[in-house]
Amino acid sequence: MAAPAPILRMSGIGKQFPGVKALDGVDFRLLPGEVHALMGENGAGKSTLIKVLTGVYDIDAGEIELEGRRVVFHSPLAAQHAGISTVYQEVNLCTNLSVAENIFIGREPRRLGRIQWKKMRRRAAELLSRLDLDLDVSAPLSSYSLAIQQMVAIARAVDIDAKVLILDEPTSSLDAGEVAQLFRVMRRLKEQGIAILFVSHFLDQIYEISDRMTILRNGRLVGEYLTSELSQVELVGKMIGRELADLEKLEGRPPANEAAPLVEAVELGRSGAIEPFTLTIHEGEVVGLAGLLGSGRTEVARLLFGADHAGGGTLKIGGEQVSLRTPRSAVARKLAFCSENRRAEGLIPDLTVRENVILALQAARGWTRPIPRRKQDELVDKYIAALNIRPADPEQLVKNLSGGNQQKVLLARWLILEPRLLILDEPTRGIDVGAKAEIQRLVAQLSDGGMAVLFISAELEEVLRLSHKVGVLRDRKMVAQLDNDERLTTDTLTETIASGARS
Amino acid sequence: MTRFIRHRLFWPLVILAGLLLLNLFFTDNFFRIQMKDGHLYGSLIDIFRFGAPLILVSLGMTLVIATGGIDLSVGSVVAVAGALACLQISDLSDQNSVGGVLGAVGIALVLSVILGAWNGFLVAGIGIQPIIATLILMVAGRGLAQLITDGQITTVNSSPYKLIGGGYWLTLPFGIIIVAVVLALTAFLTRRLALGLLIESVGGNAEASRLSGISARGVLMMVYAFCALCAGIAGLMISSNVSSADGNNAGLWIELDAILAVVIGGTSLAGGRFSLGGTVLGALIIQTLTTTIYSIGVPPETTLLFKALVVTIVCLLQSPAFREKAFRRRRRPVAPSPATEEKVRVSA
Repeated sequence: MAAPAPILRMSGIGKQFPGVKALDGVDFRLLPGEVHALMGENGAGKSTLIKVLTGVYDIDAGEIELEGRRVVFHSPLAAQHAGISTVYQEVNLCTNLSVAENIFIGREPRRLGRIQWKKMRRRAAELLSRLDLDLDVSAPLSSYSLAIQQMVAIARAVDIDAKVLILDEPTSSLDAGEVAQLFRVMRRLKEQGIAILFVSHFLDQIYEISDRMTILRNGRLVGEYLTSELSQVELVGKMIGRELADLEKLEGRPPANEAAPLVEAVELGRSGAIEPFTLTIHEGEVVGLAGLLGSGRTEVARLLFGADHAGGGTLKIGGEQVSLRTPRSAVARKLAFCSENRRAEGLIPDLTVRENVILALQAARGWTRPIPRRKQDELVDKYIAALNIRPADPEQLVKNLSGGNQQKVLLARWLILEPRLLILDEPTRGIDVGAKAEIQRLVAQLSDGGMAVLFISAELEEVLRLSHKVGVLRDRKMVAQLDNDERLTTDTLTETIASGARS
Repeated sequence: MTRFIRHRLFWPLVILAGLLLLNLFFTDNFFRIQMKDGHLYGSLIDIFRFGAPLILVSLGMTLVIATGGIDLSVGSVVAVAGALACLQISDLSDQNSVGGVLGAVGIALVLSVILGAWNGFLVAGIGIQPIIATLILMVAGRGLAQLITDGQITTVNSSPYKLIGGGYWLTLPFGIIIVAVVLALTAFLTRRLALGLLIESVGGNAEASRLSGISARGVLMMVYAFCALCAGIAGLMISSNVSSADGNNAGLWIELDAILAVVIGGTSLAGGRFSLGGTVLGALIIQTLTTTIYSIGVPPETTLLFKALVVTIVCLLQSPAFREKAFRRRRRPVAPSPATEEKVRVSA
């Protein structure tokens, strides 16, 4: 097949951050009328490549050609004017303005300085119908779902004479129907000859929509492949640089031995957050929590950790009845909690990896008893090695790390406390396959070593693979607790979540 | 060399050096330090001596700002501490008794800490925004100082008290020694002990810190109390230097200078990382600027404007974003590319 001339060609791109080589000699090309997936683990350099392309960062080496001409962008606006439009994961539109206003904001059709509202609405409707969307363009954007908002953002991006459209994780907050709708729009754009660069963590979506993919690993190019010629297993292998067997090895875990109960919650609840639930966690046991987003999974975790006050019920830890007023008292009883919201509730972005790791231990000791620097370095080095945190530089600011490595830093913070119960709320969300496997393996190891783990995840396979027992939540209520024996499958779990009945 | 330039204290140092050099042209013997009657004299010593209260207040302010807060009440605490100490001393039968003066100083400092704890309670206990919470004491504290001195300027005639702000010890002005001790103490608490880490963590992300088991409330209470203590000591220095307490004017607007010093020193108003050394430099820059204004003979009516201009330049030089823009053209050619002239430059 004679490929048409690429509309965009990046060659030998290099980008250096303090202490990190984010991109090193990466080549990338984009053909008109194709959907091209950019693949790689967190920290592989996908975002950096996009930011270099869109003028957010300057490049240190290499060159970019757009339609055969050398270009240098110093700002996202310059890239946009040249025909490279980007739609980010978080929709950056004004939800209080109307659909039409959002599409034409900053470039409203005017006559004598007066905005021609009628013309603006007509053109907005035309534009959207080109994407098979039938919306009331004078309605506020907030009256539409996130998926529609995303498509309005795309419509806006395309209308600025886009030749290249970059979609950075557009599907991460969409449901299946919305994804299908987005894909229809993408196919329409493809027919119009627009080159689409697509980034997503969902492999199935990549295989559904993309024609071609470029794989990065550790800031280097692995290769460019036709999607139809690369199997999923091969893809993952190339992304993480090793075989996928890691994920499978965890199958067939030994059942937790009948150890003493560590945490016993009886009718613990908090009005408006979670209905009273009863839950027992034994030493060395992994208890999974399954349920949809907003079903009360996180609320259970927060009550057990004392992050929220319980409204009623009792909580016993190690046989002793306690009332956890603050996380501080939970930490004193050797409980640990990794929040699902790394940015808001976990990391201190401006502190270094070392400081983030020792934070909880230092807090537990109190400020008058500093951890000697040598001891700090020892602990931090140990966990950087054990968890394979990259870059392995304790003095790197934690905000410069990729999502998966930030998650490992948080894990390290709690592991050095040697907790008896480790609560992990969505520890593998938004991180790549490699880091995910490492974290899962770690959870299995910890529980084999006698630590109890409360494991919350939206991925049922993951919950099933790791847990000895699964609590199912629905509508802020614990509806079932199922032993993880051979009869429990993702199907029965899904059914329980859907029906809300005890199986 | 680049490492040196990249250092966060590089620009404050350049500015301070620039200001000092400027003085060289206007003041004879600006850099001369001489010994008279066993005391060190000289313009540089004066900058330290007159800057001492500001350095103290700025040190406390640094920690408050590092937690993401701000303390507007320091000027009022300066006035209250000075007023209370002077009132106590003026009531002494023998104003020169060391014990009596120590008692007065102690009572004034205890009151300062109580006032700071009040600020901390409003911020951490009740959850009022720091700027509002401390605004309360900023206004009320002036009233309290007036109440203590009955609206009069209370003068004292006590040589032990005079030592704090105007005396010498070991050839150095006593104020400089106090500053050195407080600075060493602060550095010890925050950097040798772990208080600094906890402060930076609370300022960097309060909720994450709470979930890590840090008692943010305790940290905040301590920091506001410490800030007020520093302001109290500064208040003693100021009133001691003039042997009187003026509830209206002592420490007036010092909170603004202190905030400025902290910012010039490279601590972000958003909280998080702080730099004690930077703050000391910042306070010295402001004091040097004040001295410079007098020595180069800026007309009094334009003094404030001149100061504002210099401060603006200082802040711009401190901003990495501005330096990036301003020095961009010079830096460009460092990354050469073979065919620069062929590039299509797309301007924004």
